[in-house]
Amino acid sequence: MSPTDTPARQLEDLVATCHVIVCCGSGGVGKTTSAAVIALEAARIGRRAVVVTIDPARRLADALGLAGLTNKPAVIAGDWPGEMWAMMLDTESTFNELVARYAGSTEQADKILDNRFYRNIASAMSGTQEYMASEKLYELATNGAFDLIVVDTPPTRNALDFLEAPNRLARFLDHRLYRLVTAPTRGLVKAVNVAAQRFFRSVGKVVGGEVIADAIAFFAAFDGMEEGFKERAQQVDRLLREDDTAFLLIASPHADTVVETAYFAERLSELSITVRALVVNRVHPDPGGGTPEEAAARAVSLAGTPLGAQYAALAGLREIALGEAAHLVALEEQVAPAPVCRVPYLAVEVHDLVTLELFADALFER
Amino acid sequence: MEPAQFLTAPRVTIVAGKGGVGKTTVAIALGVAATRVGLSALIVELEAASAVGQLFGVSELGYEPSELISPDPVLGRGSLHARALTPDDALVEYLEDHGLKRISNRLVTTGALDMIATATPGIKDVLILGKVNQLEKSAEYDVIILDSPAAGHAIAFLRSATGLLDAVRVGPIETQARAVIEFLSDPARCEVMLVTLPEETPVNELVETAFSLEDLVGVALSPIVVNGCYPTTPGLDVEPEAAARESGTSLRPGEGDALRRAATFIHERAELQKVQLLRLDHELPLPQLRLPFRFTADLERTDIEELVDALIAQIQLLGEDESA
Repeated sequence: MSPTDTPARQLEDLVATCHVIVCCGSGGVGKTTSAAVIALEAARIGRRAVVVTIDPARRLADALGLAGLTNKPAVIAGDWPGEMWAMMLDTESTFNELVARYAGSTEQADKILDNRFYRNIASAMSGTQEYMASEKLYELATNGAFDLIVVDTPPTRNALDFLEAPNRLARFLDHRLYRLVTAPTRGLVKAVNVAAQRFFRSVGKVVGGEVIADAIAFFAAFDGMEEGFKERAQQVDRLLREDDTAFLLIASPHADTVVETAYFAERLSELSITVRALVVNRVHPDPGGGTPEEAAARAVSLAGTPLGAQYAALAGLREIALGEAAHLVALEEQVAPAPVCRVPYLAVEVHDLVTLELFADALFER
Repeated sequence: MEPAQFLTAPRVTIVAGKGGVGKTTVAIALGVAATRVGLSALIVELEAASAVGQLFGVSELGYEPSELISPDPVLGRGSLHARALTPDDALVEYLEDHGLKRISNRLVTTGALDMIATATPGIKDVLILGKVNQLEKSAEYDVIILDSPAAGHAIAFLRSATGLLDAVRVGPIETQARAVIEFLSDPARCEVMLVTLPEETPVNELVETAFSLEDLVGVALSPIVVNGCYPTTPGLDVEPEAAARESGTSLRPGEGDALRRAATFIHERAELQKVQLLRLDHELPLPQLRLPFRFTADLERTDIEELVDALIAQIQLLGEDESA
């Protein structure tokens, strides 16, 4: 890839050479569509690609015309030399698989899987979805079945939970307080243990003793597995930092989205991760012509005529296009030298393979 | 319908919709509309860094309310406040109210708060909704607008109390969850306003969400807000040169192409929207409040005021068909 290439060619190069592509960005900017199109493009140039989505709204299923995705990749039939697979992450079963892998015995695994506190973690705890997404990514990246794994991250405001969740959850599972209650015989900590017991009793008064008992039982059953989880979190972190793992920022030129995207870019750089490309979707086309003010003045003097309506359209569209371009300048500088690909507002909605290809043509400027 | 009646019956409006449809903008417009008709309004956000504060020059909302618009009895204007009910604050406040003040700091610093939240999933959401319930009862504000999490999460958020009752069967949290369920299912106290764009995917998700909310939460639905509707002015499908002749004027060199590109784009988008609006009409038997697309890349106070004009006009049109 040379910096003199157009942004579209530079993005093509990432699709052709990367092993992992992570799509980050705020909700409603076309992240899922972009991720699907990248996997499709890889399949078209002969690579075996899989796209993983975590979006509960099943937008990818929509985009691909699939009734529903499962936790195992499903192949999408199409006329291309490579392969395109898609899957929707099932957080709970991914977590169950992880527990089964690290449990010392089937009994230990069953004890954990049956525990109500565990089921809460697996299905509802914040960060779990992100954790399991990176876990699934790791599994797909290491099983050798795919040349490229494209991940669509959850549309949380804090999209970088994806990076931080594995470590955070590993820390949670290793929580000091629970360690204290579940290790009553470890000599020196006995005094602290009494304090912890008292602490849990008072919390139990509020949320119910049963809830706390479940939690303690979970940590007791989990004993010995923390190391496995911690190690895995480190492996995932290393994968995300490989040279052939690329983070893409997906945005729209909307003022508030641009602010959020700038924030993501900043957080990524704090985590020493380089943004490899910025994709801006839903850019209003600039119709050209004079200033919006001139057109607006003409629209007023010609109000009520077809030409007046056209000047109003010109003034509005030009205003918005110039405003969007201005927003993107700062963002572009922030992610430089990463290529910035602009995808104009399409005249159709992306909801199947045909429209997905139209989106691809716009993204890769064909 | 009278805007004041629409905005206060019920007092609480929960604004929900998928990311990027302008949910927060609608929440602000509702709040400003309330002040215009002399009502006091509160916008409840779930995040401190919200566009609500930024638009009014408050960089971050706090747990305590900030005043965004001051009341003016001469102009007949009500006040607008906003606050961020962040889950952790709600949990700490709740624990302090229940005799755990002494350990609440320790709960935060040791990360035990996270564990309590995990042990009792939905507890944070229930506490936020419980707080909104309490605000509704206190009648401190005429109108309360809750800017809920993005669509998929809105259902989980509103179902939190039902889920919590599976795990917690006694104690103060259980009482709170029951109160929240009662509050949500009382159409005289609260309803959900769904926001969408006139585009295919947002419309699909809105229809899905509407049915799930009715079935799973049993919450009343207010009219739908369709945001970003393009103008449907006639004349956009005429050739610019012909339109110029009709107006007895001529175009500058190159201007014809610019006009054609702009008119074609707006015309095509408006046609696409028309199809989606019809589909929405057909698939969901709820009245619609249509807000115009703003031709700007930066939404400013003046844009909000214009959206409020449109919103009030649309509210006034509600119910006219039936009475006619």
